Amino acid sequence: MIQAILVFNNHGKPRLVRFYQRFPEEIQQQIIRETFHLVLKRDDNICNFLEGGSLIGGSDYKLIYRHYATLYFVFCVDSSESELGILDLIQVFVETLDKCFENVCELDLIFHMDKVHYILQEVVMGGMVLETNMNEIVAQIEAQNRLEKSEMTLRVSLIPTFTSPQGGLSAAPARAVSAVKNINLPEMPRNINIGDLNIKVPNLSQFV
Amino acid sequence: MPAVSKGDGMRGLAVFISDIRNCKSKEAEIKRINKELANIRSKFKGDKALDGYSKKKYVCKLLFIFLLGHDIDFGHMEAVNLLSSNKYTEKQIGYLFISVLVNSNSELIRLINNAIKNDLASRNPTFMCLALHCIANVGSREMGEAFAADIPRILVAGDSMDSVKQSAALCLLRLYKASPDLVPMGEWTARVVHLLNDQHMGVVTAAVSLITCLCKKNPDDFKTCISLAVSRLSRIVSSASTDLQDYTYYFVPAPWLSVKLLRLLQCYPPPEDAAVKGRLVECLETVLNKAQEPPKSKKVQHSNAKNAILFETISLIIHYDSEPNLLVRACNQLGQFLQHRETNLRYLALESMCTLASSEFSHEAVKTHIDTVINALKTERDVSVRQRAADLLYAMCDRSNAKQIVSEMLRYLETADYAIREEIVLKVAILAEKYAVDYSWYVDTILNLIRIAGDYVSEEVWYRVLQIVTNRDDVQGYAAKTVFEALQAPACHENMVKVGGYILGEFGNLIAGDPRSSPPVQFSLLHSKFHLCSVATRALLLSTYIKFINLFPETKATIQGVLRAGSQLRNADVELQQRAVEYLTLSSVASTDVLATVLEEMPPFPERESSILAKLKRKKGPGAGSALDDGRRESSSHDINGGVEPTPSTVSTPSPSADLLGLRAAPPPAAPPAPSGAGNLLVDVFSDGPAAQPSLGPTPEEAFLSELEPPAPESPMALLADPAPAADPGPEDIGPPIPEADELLNKFVCRNNGVLFENQLLQIGVKSEFRQNLGRMYLFYGNKTSVQFQNFSPTVVHPGDLQTHLAVQTKRVASQVDGGAQVQQVLNIECLRDFLTPPLLSVRFRYGGAPQSLTLKLPVTINKFFQPTEMAAQDFFQRWKQLSLPQQEAQKIFKANHPMDAEVTKAKLLGFGSALLDNVDPNPENFVGAGIIQTKALQVGCLLRLEPNAQAQMYRLTLRTSKEPVSRHLCELLAQQF
Repeated sequence: MIQAILVFNNHGKPRLVRFYQRFPEEIQQQIIRETFHLVLKRDDNICNFLEGGSLIGGSDYKLIYRHYATLYFVFCVDSSESELGILDLIQVFVETLDKCFENVCELDLIFHMDKVHYILQEVVMGGMVLETNMNEIVAQIEAQNRLEKSEMTLRVSLIPTFTSPQGGLSAAPARAVSAVKNINLPEMPRNINIGDLNIKVPNLSQFV
Repeated sequence: MPAVSKGDGMRGLAVFISDIRNCKSKEAEIKRINKELANIRSKFKGDKALDGYSKKKYVCKLLFIFLLGHDIDFGHMEAVNLLSSNKYTEKQIGYLFISVLVNSNSELIRLINNAIKNDLASRNPTFMCLALHCIANVGSREMGEAFAADIPRILVAGDSMDSVKQSAALCLLRLYKASPDLVPMGEWTARVVHLLNDQHMGVVTAAVSLITCLCKKNPDDFKTCISLAVSRLSRIVSSASTDLQDYTYYFVPAPWLSVKLLRLLQCYPPPEDAAVKGRLVECLETVLNKAQEPPKSKKVQHSNAKNAILFETISLIIHYDSEPNLLVRACNQLGQFLQHRETNLRYLALESMCTLASSEFSHEAVKTHIDTVINALKTERDVSVRQRAADLLYAMCDRSNAKQIVSEMLRYLETADYAIREEIVLKVAILAEKYAVDYSWYVDTILNLIRIAGDYVSEEVWYRVLQIVTNRDDVQGYAAKTVFEALQAPACHENMVKVGGYILGEFGNLIAGDPRSSPPVQFSLLHSKFHLCSVATRALLLSTYIKFINLFPETKATIQGVLRAGSQLRNADVELQQRAVEYLTLSSVASTDVLATVLEEMPPFPERESSILAKLKRKKGPGAGSALDDGRRESSSHDINGGVEPTPSTVSTPSPSADLLGLRAAPPPAAPPAPSGAGNLLVDVFSDGPAAQPSLGPTPEEAFLSELEPPAPESPMALLADPAPAADPGPEDIGPPIPEADELLNKFVCRNNGVLFENQLLQIGVKSEFRQNLGRMYLFYGNKTSVQFQNFSPTVVHPGDLQTHLAVQTKRVASQVDGGAQVQQVLNIECLRDFLTPPLLSVRFRYGGAPQSLTLKLPVTINKFFQPTEMAAQDFFQRWKQLSLPQQEAQKIFKANHPMDAEVTKAKLLGFGSALLDNVDPNPENFVGAGIIQTKALQVGCLLRLEPNAQAQMYRLTLRTSKEPVSRHLCELLAQQF
């Protein structure tokens, strides 16, 4: 099982952190620091495995990592995983990021943290390898994006009566979105949301 | 076109992140973050209801702040609200926040669970997947309780989409790992096995992971997976790489699935079906053949994927350990990798070879690579790899190459990384001891260890060398000579002084004939180190000095002078002061005969598992087990080490989980040291079992010092009053139980009160009561004589690892028992886990100056923690059937030892603790009972049935419990009662 996935840059700044075992927050930060110091002092062309730090799980755990340009990708795994397999998994993850972001760089990870998490979720779930087929993963992400787009159009399609035609939308969706924000929200979408919410929550809390 | 359109991001978020990145200092960053947190907090608290988009944006900001290492203590409620949104993106971010930042707030968990429940029922595969992801990522017990029963249904439902099945399989796996008791086994298991045939490779991969985990606990339920796995594997391995399209990774067909399938097969022994086995062997051979083919790509990913399969194949071959042909090929392949230019492959080859070294068939083949491995130890740049090389050397060591390996490891030690020095020291110490043909080599090796890495030589190591030297008279002279020489070095490690001091104190006389090492020379050599040493070492040296007075009367005056010096007699350290005072007095008042008795040479130590081995295991964790496996081949046959080798029972199996258990079971269960004469007098200094940790005694360090030396009197007063304390056993010494102990124990299996023991001097009565997993016992010690008992001390001892199963608290009793008087001792007992052996009660006292000691078994048996359970016939039979595994049942047919009286039998069964159930057994002659054994950790349900056969004067007793050892143990206990 994968215990944790840590991505940090050459200065130890965390860029993606995912723990599949609960640790208190300060311990998480300590693990990140310790892991960074462990991998930092290693040359690039020595082996990609090292015995786990003292914080995660002890000697049954290994850190398996790869260094890409400015980023370290570190997976902390137990003995039930194949070392080379995990090394390949890191590669799949990075290649997928690259496909999704087109020449992924550190900045993409920073500004699209949520997206990076979603991509990771298609690869690793609860510490277990979910999917290794890159095309399948990318297809899932594309499906997500289509959903997102359609929701966005739904939101924006309410606007035309107030503002501009859709032409500007596809050109500058970000601006469109902030436009939505600035306008006092039309009642419609909120009603849809809340109407649903009202039905669900009270009903269920009685069950419990 | 990139799959993530970068323009879609949230502008406020981007601005915030840019702000943070532009912060020039940590303080500025914190300030900006605090401002943002305040802003978000006020937004969340504000009257205006936030729309989904804003919530999403703020939650995203919180995630970013969390990533930077700041505590997030709010926003959970907003995230939970997002879960119930019917917009995918809002739901998605809500789930992400929950998975990353879950809070144990139970109110919240309930709301989360509600949302998950809705999504699982939504029949919208996207939502279902999100919910399954969340359960898997959080994996908490509460979630397990809420959903463990539903997931199997989703998993095997015919209409579930592939992606849902895939997620459901892993979700179930995660819940099972977290709380196996919550996942109900059932008919779905059979259908899960058939997922191995699924069209979708992703589903198969997830299913294999799940089955691999489930089958470890329920191997029989999943047995059918073997043939399915083999045929799946065979299809992948033999296919051309293009057949599997998307699952082909850099020209290697489905590498992950292959690896997982090979792992799954490692959970089982080789297939019994010849056809399946043939097919599997063919697969394994194909993989080995492919390794020799030229690579289809120069990319490292290609070779990685290919070798991942290869290493797993080799692991499987080693696991089967039955095909010599394949084993040799595996070994050759690993041999090639040992010299590969890829560091990763060298690392893995060393690691795999370590397990291979413990196989009967390939140990010799592994040994042929010794030079490569030694070279790796010397030249590898990477400490991880060097460590593996050291492990492998340790594993491949046997009598034929021990000298070479030990000397290489010693050489390596001089330059080794600090992090692994202690481990290397332990390994060298173990190998040197295990394969010592002549013990002078052993002594040299250990002294070298101390010389090279004295700081890393732990107590266990130097205790052990003293123990071995004491036990083997053929090496004592050599040891004395060698330490004497080693001590000549101008700067020698304190551990060397300790070893030297002890050995010269015992065996200095063996070299005293040589004028170069005459007694005064020996003394002044030791004393020249005295002032540089720590208190502990100085204390030990003082003991050496008093022993010198006995060994060499000519040194008496000098030594008395040293002892009398103000720096000793008025030393600020109490221990040193006391020793100086006592030894000085002892040397002046005692006659030569008395001195000779008191300061006699130490008797041999009782044989037991090397404490070094135990330490290495502790240090290394489960991994060390396999490296120690080679003890299996050696220990029984060439036992020239006088039984100081590890007992074969501590050898662990290759399975990592079994190893863990092996560690706890390391000390031979319930084995009080064999009554080898002197063993009784000896203190358990060297063992690190629980028995050696006196609850009331001094700290281990002090204990060592006060007991390693010849029987040290407790105080000067006692010394003067009683010049022969040698016969007084140390406080931790426990003799074997008296021969009748078992019989006496049996009397108390079915009752709680009575006389436990009686002889001319002493009577011990017992009164006890037990409730649930707790008990209280009153012991009454009656002095039957008219003379006072002195130093009366009853103690309770837990042999082996019993301490982790049963906690007994005792109160001390008065140390004097007047003639005709009775003292009472209260014991509080708590049953932590099920246990098999009772604790021991050791009673010691002095009667008219003569020491008396007695060891009994304390009448605490597992059945005392029975809680009777009444149930109807129908329930009984249903439960009886549920416990139908062969190992859950224990049965005994035995002859009646007492008249077969139904009423007496009933009383006994009730006393045993179970409820008696009437009208359950169709035969009214039979007895049926039920109860639950209460321990702190678990409850064990027990059903029993006793069938008397009056004609044959026989009984048949059947016990069924959910734990195998409990069934057997209860059966044995009860069978002796009739």
